[in-house]
Amino acid sequence: MITAKNIFKSFGDQEVLKGIDFTFEKAKTNLIIGKSGAGKTVLLKILVGLFDPTDGEVFYDDNNLFALPKRDLLQLRMKVGMLFQGNALFDSMTVEENIRFPMDMFTKFSKAEKQKQVDHCLERVSLPGINKKYPSEISGGMQKRVGIARAIVLNPKYLFADEPNSGLDPKTAITIDELLSDITKDNKITTIINTHDMNSVMEIGENICLLHLGKLAWQGNKDQVLEEKNEILQNFIFASPFLQKLKARALSKPE
Amino acid sequence: MYYKETVRQMYDIGIGSLMIIFVVNIFIGAVTAVQFIYQLSGTFIPKYYIGYIVRDMTIIELAATFSSIILAGKVGSNIASEIGGMRQKEHIDAMEIMGVNTSSYLVLPKLVAMMLVIPILVSVAALFSIGGGFMAIMASDNYSNEDFIQGLRSFFVPWNVSMMYIKALVFGYILTSIACYQGYFVKGGSIELGQASTRAVVFGIIVILIADYLLAVLLIGG
Repeated sequence: MITAKNIFKSFGDQEVLKGIDFTFEKAKTNLIIGKSGAGKTVLLKILVGLFDPTDGEVFYDDNNLFALPKRDLLQLRMKVGMLFQGNALFDSMTVEENIRFPMDMFTKFSKAEKQKQVDHCLERVSLPGINKKYPSEISGGMQKRVGIARAIVLNPKYLFADEPNSGLDPKTAITIDELLSDITKDNKITTIINTHDMNSVMEIGENICLLHLGKLAWQGNKDQVLEEKNEILQNFIFASPFLQKLKARALSKPE
Repeated sequence: MYYKETVRQMYDIGIGSLMIIFVVNIFIGAVTAVQFIYQLSGTFIPKYYIGYIVRDMTIIELAATFSSIILAGKVGSNIASEIGGMRQKEHIDAMEIMGVNTSSYLVLPKLVAMMLVIPILVSVAALFSIGGGFMAIMASDNYSNEDFIQGLRSFFVPWNVSMMYIKALVFGYILTSIACYQGYFVKGGSIELGQASTRAVVFGIIVILIADYLLAVLLIGG
């Protein structure tokens, strides 16, 4: 479980986050959603510790992220995996080297153990046998999955994903969503996904945090979205006329 | 991991720079010889001084300084672009989230590699430069190879070689650290990355030249 308490963040005069309180629950896919510029990425970067908040605290279970001693912070970091929007795979390394990187840096596993874990992770993301390929030699969707494999290689307790579906076709996007959701349930980890993909919201949104102009505008889950009267949520989720028609049809359909 | 990265950097910096070091220093040595042939003509200075002058010019100044300026251009811009690109593609963020000490992981292997490789490059540069001088003498009508070789063997001061290596190490440290700094703290997009790369070269060369003067005063006396 990760708890954000009264998070404020400013860049110069611009206040991006204005007092966010939210609990991201364990073994659930927690989504941060909102329009572009709502503060999603800033909140995610504060949650992982890449940005310091102007004010507020982040707790990983009982540990205050910004008050941890360096050694404890390093221990905590080893329990965190992250999938970046642009994958952040190292171009000069093969897929296998990319996935093995956290193990090379932080574990004393034998070569055979590392190999086994790499193969296991690649199978987990349905990409067996691409060990020796370079990131530039595989598709965007495969790169995302390799990014996920690297994020889970040390069996993290906390998994973050920044716009995991950006730049992917709808079918591949669904595959990535299902993969993240399955990993969350199988490993009972706390997963936080920053997205504005409506499919993701409706498919895997078990605990949703809607940001609007730097504030928490709504929280709930995918089952509550259709019925919810919150205007900001409705304007965000059903922004297009096509989706508005679909929603109207869905609500008018008798049970 | 650090060892592997250091070896990779040594290969990139060392082998990757050999060709340019070879070409530039051959011509620097040749031009130095030609200019002194011109300046010494009609004087009573013994002919073999040409070898002595080319050798000492090369060892005391040209090999270390010119090679470092070339490396500031080639390797400095490369380092700044590499690290800056990693910053922009979120590679550095990814490493930080993993708990990697990024400044150490990205900078230290490059510094160590440069410190290990630059003395070799500068030695090679000195060799090529003197070789270039020798080729210029071979093409000259008024000077013989024997004159040049006698000059090379005259008035040799071992301290000059030490001075060359001290300069090389200081310049290597300067150009690598400036390039790493410019790349590591790059913000923005491709334009800013280009600017950071340019700054790495310009600042690197300026600081190398300032350090060259200070080292000359310190090591030779001014």
